[in-house]
Amino acid sequence: MPAAKQHLFRTSLYASGASPVNMQQAVFYNEDCIVYDMEDSVPQSEKDAARFMIYNMLREHRPLEKHVQIRVNGLYTPYFAEDMQAAVLCRPDAIRVPKVESAEEVHKICARLDELEKAYGVEQGSIKIWCLIESHIGVLNAREIAGASERVEALVLGAEDFTASMHATRTKPGWEVFYARNMVLMGCRAEGKACIDVVFSDINDLEGLKEDARMTKTMGFDGKTTIHPRQVDTVNAMLTPTQKEIRYAMRVLDAIREGEKNNKGAVSLDGNMLDVPVMLRARNVMALAKAAGLKIEGDYYDM
Amino acid sequence: MLELKKVAVSGTLESSDVQIVLEPNPGKGIQIDLESDVKLQFGDSILETVKKTLKKMEVEDAVVRINDKGAIDCTIVARLQTAVCRAAGIRYDWNKEALNASR
Amino acid sequence: MTCNAVGREIPEKIGQYECRPFAGAFATQPSGKPVVSKRTMKLVKPGDSKLLPTLKDAIKAAGLKDGMTISFHHCFREGDMIIGQVLTAIRELGIKGLRFAPSAVINIKNPSIVDFVKDGTIDRIEASGIRGQLGDAVLDGLMDTPVILRPHGARPRAIEAGELQIDVAFIGASSADDEGNATGLVGPNACGSMGYAFVDSRCARQVVVITDNLVDYPCVPASITQSYVDWVVRVDQIGDSEKIGKGAARVTKNPRDLLIAERAAKVIAASRLFKEGYSFQTGAGAISIACTNFLANETAEAGIKASFSLGGCTAAIIDMFKRGLLRTVQCSQSFDAVAARAIAEDPNIVEIDNEVYSNMYNKGCMANRLNFGILGALEVDTDFNVNILTGSSGEMMGGLGGGPDVAAGADVSIVTIPVVRGRTPSIVDKVFTVCTPGESVAVVVTEAGIALNPKHRFYKELKEDLEKTTLKLVSIEDLHKIAIGITGVPKPIETTDKIACIVEFRDGTVIDVIRQIKK
Repeated sequence: MPAAKQHLFRTSLYASGASPVNMQQAVFYNEDCIVYDMEDSVPQSEKDAARFMIYNMLREHRPLEKHVQIRVNGLYTPYFAEDMQAAVLCRPDAIRVPKVESAEEVHKICARLDELEKAYGVEQGSIKIWCLIESHIGVLNAREIAGASERVEALVLGAEDFTASMHATRTKPGWEVFYARNMVLMGCRAEGKACIDVVFSDINDLEGLKEDARMTKTMGFDGKTTIHPRQVDTVNAMLTPTQKEIRYAMRVLDAIREGEKNNKGAVSLDGNMLDVPVMLRARNVMALAKAAGLKIEGDYYDM
Repeated sequence: MLELKKVAVSGTLESSDVQIVLEPNPGKGIQIDLESDVKLQFGDSILETVKKTLKKMEVEDAVVRINDKGAIDCTIVARLQTAVCRAAGIRYDWNKEALNASR
Repeated sequence: MTCNAVGREIPEKIGQYECRPFAGAFATQPSGKPVVSKRTMKLVKPGDSKLLPTLKDAIKAAGLKDGMTISFHHCFREGDMIIGQVLTAIRELGIKGLRFAPSAVINIKNPSIVDFVKDGTIDRIEASGIRGQLGDAVLDGLMDTPVILRPHGARPRAIEAGELQIDVAFIGASSADDEGNATGLVGPNACGSMGYAFVDSRCARQVVVITDNLVDYPCVPASITQSYVDWVVRVDQIGDSEKIGKGAARVTKNPRDLLIAERAAKVIAASRLFKEGYSFQTGAGAISIACTNFLANETAEAGIKASFSLGGCTAAIIDMFKRGLLRTVQCSQSFDAVAARAIAEDPNIVEIDNEVYSNMYNKGCMANRLNFGILGALEVDTDFNVNILTGSSGEMMGGLGGGPDVAAGADVSIVTIPVVRGRTPSIVDKVFTVCTPGESVAVVVTEAGIALNPKHRFYKELKEDLEKTTLKLVSIEDLHKIAIGITGVPKPIETTDKIACIVEFRDGTVIDVIRQIKK
């Protein structure tokens, strides 16, 4: 099981490499991850311009408190090679690669990253990969993609393209992506990687967004991609531990500490055994709470 | 010296962007024509940035027409780099950038 | 030259104008003399008629001569057509050298005020702001006498102090009868509250009511009463119905502005003063309207009710009132048709005189009872001084409005502003023109963070209250660094020595001057 993460991944917001004002303003919202985009939001005729925009913007105005990512164009597009060069030079925390379908593709991308990091004097292995799973093949291969390399930090499910590949219709209740969500999530959990849920595209429906984000949380996703700044706070709030959850986690950790002090083998709380998964979940809740900047009495953050 | 082969445009007239039109100007040096929303406050700075960037890219002869809608410095550089590559018909050598990296 | 209390160099005299330097928000006392009015007693007998056929007749009857002072109100906003018609009639009568004293910003384009200055009809201007063509021309040296700019509360003060004595007040009305009872509350082109016209009706030597909707006697309601009116004229059109009767002012969709508005509402909700019976003023800007909506939601969530809102009224405020979250609306101006018509519909939505709202030299103005005030700004500096008049290139862009009044009166005055606008930093080292002194500003809310003014009287309490939240508090210096970090340092605007505008504070002292831009 992975250690509690340094960085929160609750929300990701895209900033288009085709729009300077978009990139300038995106840094002021509360998203955990900011994704500078070279792909879908940039028209074909402007792919060259987007590379220069993102490179220069990140050199001069890199946001210090966010997880910085760059979405390059797909592996099989004519833009991929130069996108990767410019992206590595930016030293992002992660590169998002669209339409990943197999472990083999991940290996190709990793090989390219190894070369570029070496050539450009970037610390080897420091740039992570976030794989966008956007087709039925990708979903079927989720586990092998997640486990294909140390560099793979997260899988992100892209519902729109996936639904198209399935000949399905995208709906708010989302049953058409339910299996895909589970499949990708299980693959990530099996390989100890983070998993990011699909977007909710109706930016005017905040109630609907809340419901969808509730599903995101209940299923166990680490985060959700947002498509508009006004969605960010709602999703952050949903994916941050509640006071109730934090209080319970504190009680669990207290009980475990007591048990250790008194050299008790097994510990229980409210009639439930506090085994390893429970303890890890409690630690995870506290880690999330800490990363979210919540103020807690006591030293639970260091347990 | 990097030779410009044709007229090229980059950028947009959106707020905080700058539209740059680059033309070959064989043997006549750099000629800059600046229109800007913030000419009084940043006109000199914009001209400096343009000259510095062109020098770095080894462009010696060009007519540069700038229509600026309040673009910040990095945007001006990016749009200019794009226009130069388009006007010269070259792919940018990102490997060179690595040597110039200030980290 | 002396340095006033906000560090600006003010000469002792500018032409005939004697400067009293700004000494602090409440530092200067009134003279103690009785209020001045040019209104005289008059005998009007049964059967006398005030109704005149044309504007020219009224201007003649009012005895307007060269060198006199004329006034107008601004309640018809961008749709006003009265100023243009009256000035044209005055020009045709050959009257010259007038002092033009409208109650607020003048932005009429057709006909342009510049032409009336150029042909000598007008040679002095006193207003709350001047924009566009006129603003550029003034900064270019159009006027021999500097323009005097005052915030809302300072205009009735100046009139009652005898500094601005009005010879003829031209009062446009949405409905009026032939005795001069007049109102903006009802009629096909209802403009709403006529708060800015009351002082003119009381203190001008002659009052002319102008309407396109002459109603049967008596006009009800009578915001302006017949006992103050000399002449009445009916014209075909007092304004552009489209622009006057615009529906609810649109709520901004700009996510940055919404972020700032929501943050400002959260600052208010976190304050210990946010409790049953709190009072607020939000104003008319895009951010202000969005803030009203967020504030309404916070109020509903807290299960409390505000006691009053003050100043300019928008559909958003009426909405809050209708949701049962606001007990009364004290309206000096209506910014849209919804707000305009609401006054006549509910006794708790009230038309008030501007001087009741903002004049600091009367027996007490309502701004003194404000808990929260939201202010717009073009620039704020690291001393928290606010500029709401001049833009980044020194051009005239805004108007003083009621900002200085609200800031001084409110417990928690909040400036909402983005850190940059395009390539213009909004948080600067020193504002180009000081309009509201830093001592009156408690909080600056931007998308990059919230800064509290350590020199504000409510600083300690605000800091305590806000530290309990997750709102990001930064210093004003940090906000400045962020702004400059994005735009780079702008070249300072160079000016000549010639003073084009005098900026007065609420008490008539000079808080700053605007000099001509060097070409």
